[in-house]
Amino acid sequence: MTAQQNPRDWQPELMRRDFPVLFQEVHGRPLVYLDNAATTQKPQAVIDAVSRYYQLDNANVHRGVHTLSERATALMEAVRNTVQRFLNAGAREEIIFTRGTTDAINLIASGFARGVLKEGDEVLITAMEHHANIVPWQQACEFSGARLQVAAINDAGELDLEDFKRKLSPRTRIAAFTHISNALGTINPVAEMTRLAHAVGAAVLIDGAQAVAHTPVDVRALDCDFYVLSAHKLYGPTGVGVLYGKREWLERLPVYQTGGDMIREVTFERSTFAPLPHKFEAGTPHIAGIIGLGAAIDYLNTQPWPALIEHEHQLLTYATRLAKDVPGLKIIGEAANKAAVLSFTLEHVHPHDIGTFLDFEGVAVRAGHHCAMPVMQRFDVPATARASFAAYNTHDEVERLIAAIESVRKTFA
Amino acid sequence: MNPELRALYQEMILDHGRRPRHFGAPEHYTHKMEAFNPLCGDRLTLYATVQDGAVKDVHFEGKGCAISVASASMMCEEVEGKSCCDAEDLFQRFHKLVTGQDSAAAVGRLEILAGVKDFPARVKCATLAWHTLDHMLKGDAGETVSTE
Repeated sequence: MTAQQNPRDWQPELMRRDFPVLFQEVHGRPLVYLDNAATTQKPQAVIDAVSRYYQLDNANVHRGVHTLSERATALMEAVRNTVQRFLNAGAREEIIFTRGTTDAINLIASGFARGVLKEGDEVLITAMEHHANIVPWQQACEFSGARLQVAAINDAGELDLEDFKRKLSPRTRIAAFTHISNALGTINPVAEMTRLAHAVGAAVLIDGAQAVAHTPVDVRALDCDFYVLSAHKLYGPTGVGVLYGKREWLERLPVYQTGGDMIREVTFERSTFAPLPHKFEAGTPHIAGIIGLGAAIDYLNTQPWPALIEHEHQLLTYATRLAKDVPGLKIIGEAANKAAVLSFTLEHVHPHDIGTFLDFEGVAVRAGHHCAMPVMQRFDVPATARASFAAYNTHDEVERLIAAIESVRKTFA
Repeated sequence: MNPELRALYQEMILDHGRRPRHFGAPEHYTHKMEAFNPLCGDRLTLYATVQDGAVKDVHFEGKGCAISVASASMMCEEVEGKSCCDAEDLFQRFHKLVTGQDSAAAVGRLEILAGVKDFPARVKCATLAWHTLDHMLKGDAGETVSTE
């Protein structure tokens, strides 16, 4: 691993060395990976941790008395502590391993549908949510007879905080909102939103999928009831995520998936369930993935946050400035407080054509609706092209992106 | 430009993408069907006049990438005046061409879209209008056609 020498002066080249996948050519051009909001690349430390687990320690957890099983269990459970510290949670039992953010939101929405929501209750989300933070709540409302409320966003892609306040009421049981929008890059004032929701007695779930790799998160400072994330957007493996929940809520919510690992005793008459955190972890977990997540957090912990944040912000500022000089380019999402995501459309060119052209320049971006169709509808576009940056991206890569966009524009002009 | 990319975005395709033919809702038609590609959010509506087992007129409107718009535009030109059977046959051959199953499929000037076979993610763009026409001619009920 290559440590940053100066905590105030970020050198992306040092971080890049840790990511072997970045050193390749695509269509004869050096890869410029700008699809980090979809998934980040993995440092060698994560690849090694997963590989080492399978080479040396692979066994099932929480059951064998043999050495490998004890080792696998210790490795996996140590990650719970790592995540607890990473999020500053109060207790390790408040950290539940899931398949990802989507799985974690479904767990909570399903628990609310079966254990909390009644007819006449309300669930409040925002107009900038990913489908994963819309559809589970629609289902929960359909099941329980509760009503889904949606707080509006303005033309810059920022939350309309007044509308959010208006739509909070004593009927609101939970407010579920994203920390950072995947389609727009908007950073929400989550601490204030949490305070407002709590003031009417609503619980709060924050979708942190896009946030955790780009800003430090302190769940106790935020005082949110639930915080959910995916490892793979945090330089870790796919297929694993985290649900942080306040203990009193996790105790109160009914079990989600049932089966092995989450029970205390099973008879054909009735079963009793394991205490937290295992209550919500049915079946053999993604042990290697969890170990990889631990390695990813350990890796990120070696990076100086202030310099990382400043670097990503500079990438966004530079990309935005250059993009504004491209004729016909329209940036979708211009929040004052914004993460390094550049969502845009180009006059006369469909985002999918942009995506294919950029790929031939070696530049990987996402084209489509970003699993946020209501956001696309709000801005009246069928889709956007999206360049999303990570700490290993460079100013040169921003220039490669803009040059590639210019070349697309000329082809279609 | 890279040769594969040039093969995909030939001048004629760019031209049809920029200035699609048979674009816009006609005053009269016997069939109308909507199509949706959830992958990219593209939507198009196809209008056709089918009489005596033949496609008399086809128009479309909607938004899409250059490939889907050009393919829809060229499809409208190609199937007009064809019997429904011939139009179906042409779709089958075109489908084999763009999915790489038969690179020698006889599709006439639609061959210009053959480059799509090297871009698996774009096959749905090239076939969206065709799937819609196919459903329409088979008399499927007026549900939205989806590529997924």
